[in-house]
Amino acid sequence: MADEALFQFLHNEVIQYIYKSSEHGEMENGRCITKLENMGFRVGQGLIERFTKDTARFKDELDVMKFICKDFWTCVFKKQIDNLRTNHQGIYVLQDNKFRLLTQLSAGKQYLEHAPKVRKHNGGKLTCQALFIPGQLSPHEWFSLPLSLQYLAFTCGLVRGGLSNLGVKSIVTAEVSVMPACKFQVMIQKM
Amino acid sequence: MAVCIAVIAKENYPLYIRSVPVQNELKFHYTVHTSLDVVEEKISAVGKAMADQRELYLGLLYPTEDYKVYPSHMIIVYYTPVCIFFLLIENILLYRHTRYGYVTNSKVKFVIVVDSSNTSLRDNEIRSMFRKLHNSFTDVMCNPFYNPGDTIQSKAFDSMVSAMMVQAS
Repeated sequence: MADEALFQFLHNEVIQYIYKSSEHGEMENGRCITKLENMGFRVGQGLIERFTKDTARFKDELDVMKFICKDFWTCVFKKQIDNLRTNHQGIYVLQDNKFRLLTQLSAGKQYLEHAPKVRKHNGGKLTCQALFIPGQLSPHEWFSLPLSLQYLAFTCGLVRGGLSNLGVKSIVTAEVSVMPACKFQVMIQKM
Repeated sequence: MAVCIAVIAKENYPLYIRSVPVQNELKFHYTVHTSLDVVEEKISAVGKAMADQRELYLGLLYPTEDYKVYPSHMIIVYYTPVCIFFLLIENILLYRHTRYGYVTNSKVKFVIVVDSSNTSLRDNEIRSMFRKLHNSFTDVMCNPFYNPGDTIQSKAFDSMVSAMMVQAS
């Protein structure tokens, strides 16, 4: 099916465009990732509306997360999430061992070991948690970010938008340890 | 044939209300507002009872309720012996309205008020009306120029709703 490739190409181009437009004198601190995430948010809202049209009502939060892992992921990426873990207190970790949007990037470490400055924030683990707080990163740090995290921002927004439309407020962050496997961490906000 | 159709957002404010006899629009607004309580009750009841009823369609919200229309001159002559005559007229002007509800998985509620003085509609017809509403609402939601939470101003949605409304006499 050609439709997967179309979305991957579009996604790559969107990231390139946002990355380039930040170079031309705009110097927004980490706002590029926020832009990508917000795009994913709006798309996620619309997608969830379409996918949940004929499904039964969800009983609880775990039901919602299972729907995201199975049906939602299948509709968007043609595969399911490989592993879902939770601590039953509002934190879920979704693990995808072969994330579709990362398979086209080389599987070596070259895209991970690119940013010693980012590591300083999180004590050795590369996460993009710091990126969602505006002003946390200077433009220089943004440029030296591992490319893989830029590729995950849209999907984080997608998950957050889908959850928000189903009535679950959350913060979604992503983590890459070994390409192309990645983990999405969902923290439910109790209002 | 619907008399009033309303789409209500998650936070319980109306995204879209339209009713056919335009002069009594306020009464329909009140009607829809009161039926929200019944909708909330039904949703929370399903959660507690853990019933198998996990459908999105809620069915009849109220038993058939009377809704009277008073022409203005009747109020003045109410206590005269002639009032019996006017009461007869009043009965002819009685409309019975039934309300049906439907809640999507994104907690958006649809309420349809139906005039059941003529033929009573079958359950399947109401379900198909809700399905059409849900499909059009999904299309509005996927429109990138629509911000979730705004009132619905789509022409396609309007024309779909007009097709479901009763022809105004």
